[in-house]
Amino acid sequence: MEQRRKERIDRGIKVRTDGLYAVMSWRELSYLTMPRMVLIVGLLILPFVMPSMYWQRVISIVCIYALLAVSFDLLAHFVGLVSLGGALFIGVGGYLSAIMNTSFGFPPLLAIPIATIAGAGICTLLLLPCLPLRGVYFAIVSLMYPLAMRRVIEALDILGGTDGIMGIDSFPNRWIEQYFVILMVLLFLFGVRRLVNLDLGLVLRAVKDNDQAVRASGMSITFYKAVAVFISSAMGCLGGACIVHIYMWSGMSLFALDFSILPIAATVIGGAGTLVGPVLGCLILVPVSELLREFGTLRIVFYSLILVGFIVFRSEGIMVYGQRKYHQIERWVKV
Amino acid sequence: MSDQPILEVKEVTKTFGGILALNRVSFHVNEGEILGIIGPNGSGKTTLINCITAFIKMTSGKVLFRGKDISGKPAHKIADMGVTRTFQIMRPYYSLPAYKNLVIPLYSPRAKRTGGWRGGGKLGDRNTVGIDILEEIGFERDSFVPYKMASTLPTGYLKRLELARCLALKPEIILCDEVFSGLSMSEIASMVPLIERLQMDGIALVMIEHRLRELFRVARRIMVLNFGEKLIEGIPEEVMADEKVKEAYFGSAEEIEEDMSHA
Repeated sequence: MEQRRKERIDRGIKVRTDGLYAVMSWRELSYLTMPRMVLIVGLLILPFVMPSMYWQRVISIVCIYALLAVSFDLLAHFVGLVSLGGALFIGVGGYLSAIMNTSFGFPPLLAIPIATIAGAGICTLLLLPCLPLRGVYFAIVSLMYPLAMRRVIEALDILGGTDGIMGIDSFPNRWIEQYFVILMVLLFLFGVRRLVNLDLGLVLRAVKDNDQAVRASGMSITFYKAVAVFISSAMGCLGGACIVHIYMWSGMSLFALDFSILPIAATVIGGAGTLVGPVLGCLILVPVSELLREFGTLRIVFYSLILVGFIVFRSEGIMVYGQRKYHQIERWVKV
Repeated sequence: MSDQPILEVKEVTKTFGGILALNRVSFHVNEGEILGIIGPNGSGKTTLINCITAFIKMTSGKVLFRGKDISGKPAHKIADMGVTRTFQIMRPYYSLPAYKNLVIPLYSPRAKRTGGWRGGGKLGDRNTVGIDILEEIGFERDSFVPYKMASTLPTGYLKRLELARCLALKPEIILCDEVFSGLSMSEIASMVPLIERLQMDGIALVMIEHRLRELFRVARRIMVLNFGEKLIEGIPEEVMADEKVKEAYFGSAEEIEEDMSHA
């Protein structure tokens, strides 16, 4: 029987744009910048092309999930910490911004940055005890906190109890709201992409690759893990702080596990370790889950089917698949 | 000052459950000296290095570095003081190119402090400094070897990469865990001058080895471990002539006779 195998060759233009010579021609320049421009321009015009206010709101929610997904991808695939703490980050950031706004009267655009930084500090402190450990402990502890917080708020009737905190100021208008979250997604997406290639980012990746060698290099693993958790929880807290000003309400549902699970699903669909992939994953998953809202609880089934389909047939994720098609020619050759 | 040993290990004991892995081992390393540690498999050589560098906690005992007690400090603090180690099973960052592997130690507080690497330090480019160190340690600068992924490098280069990681920290003493093992004769032949040069640079070395002939070329003082106990310490010829050492390596004369009669 004749045997064949798939051969993959880099496209000529890919090789030419690897070096400095890329700036020599427009064709090569556009090959390099086009994918990025499509993403940036695409995100920026999204609010204009949405048919209704309802769908414009969905865009804001997509962006908040995108922040969470990038933060999950950073921790899981560049530092080696599998985080189920999306709900914790959203909750801490959300409640902080809500308190800052209602009790101290800070306007949203001041309360959000404060809640981001302070929330990231709180989340890092909460997760600090399990950072020296290797293995599943980080995932367990980060999952436990949001569950515990819900019960604490319910039982002690603090932070507005089961009713939540109401009367939170919204963004000045819905355009500012949408462009604020979209710009934040772009800022953090490209910022994190930059970070993982900086020397600091290399150290973080080294912690995932081989933590003992990092210790032998005279660096504390716990410290660098804490740095990564701080950056990543800052993204989550920012999302949480935005969400309370979008809904003008802060309640126990901020600690809902959707915020932990959906970013992971988006990362699977989009392509793990690509950072852009998770954003694409959110752009697909969140609207799909909105479309399926009419089916009620049955939407979970559709949702699961999509996930299973992706995991079985395209486990590499859209982004990895797309990058390969963009950069390489595939053809069948005789063995 | 100069007569004070750079590293002094006092009665280090380590037990794993009921097993006595190290039993009151004491030795010292002088400034700029190479000390060889040999012993049969399972005699506690690697455990000894792990205890000194705090990768595992010792049960009791003391380690003095330049007269300062470093036992009980965390591993990264000990490396930060200049007591570095290599791993027997190499631990490179497989997902990074060889030269990027050195960016990590060069980012450490110690490397930032000691700076000095020709334009390195606070404002220097760690990539160039990394390639410089790799060249010193035997990576061909103009070839593609330093740029290859660590996962594709052969054992010989990975062993060198281990040493390079230590050198990036500007160490005062390197504890080498079997840098010659797994290498071909020609690779070892090119490693030996490297070790000699490190010594000439004033770095003290502790070398765990099974390749005795090559070890004896560089180390003038040898310590023998057996079942976690120090058997003897001295110059190579003296050590190898010792009855206890022969017994540890080959079994006692009676045992050998017994085996022969069974066969």
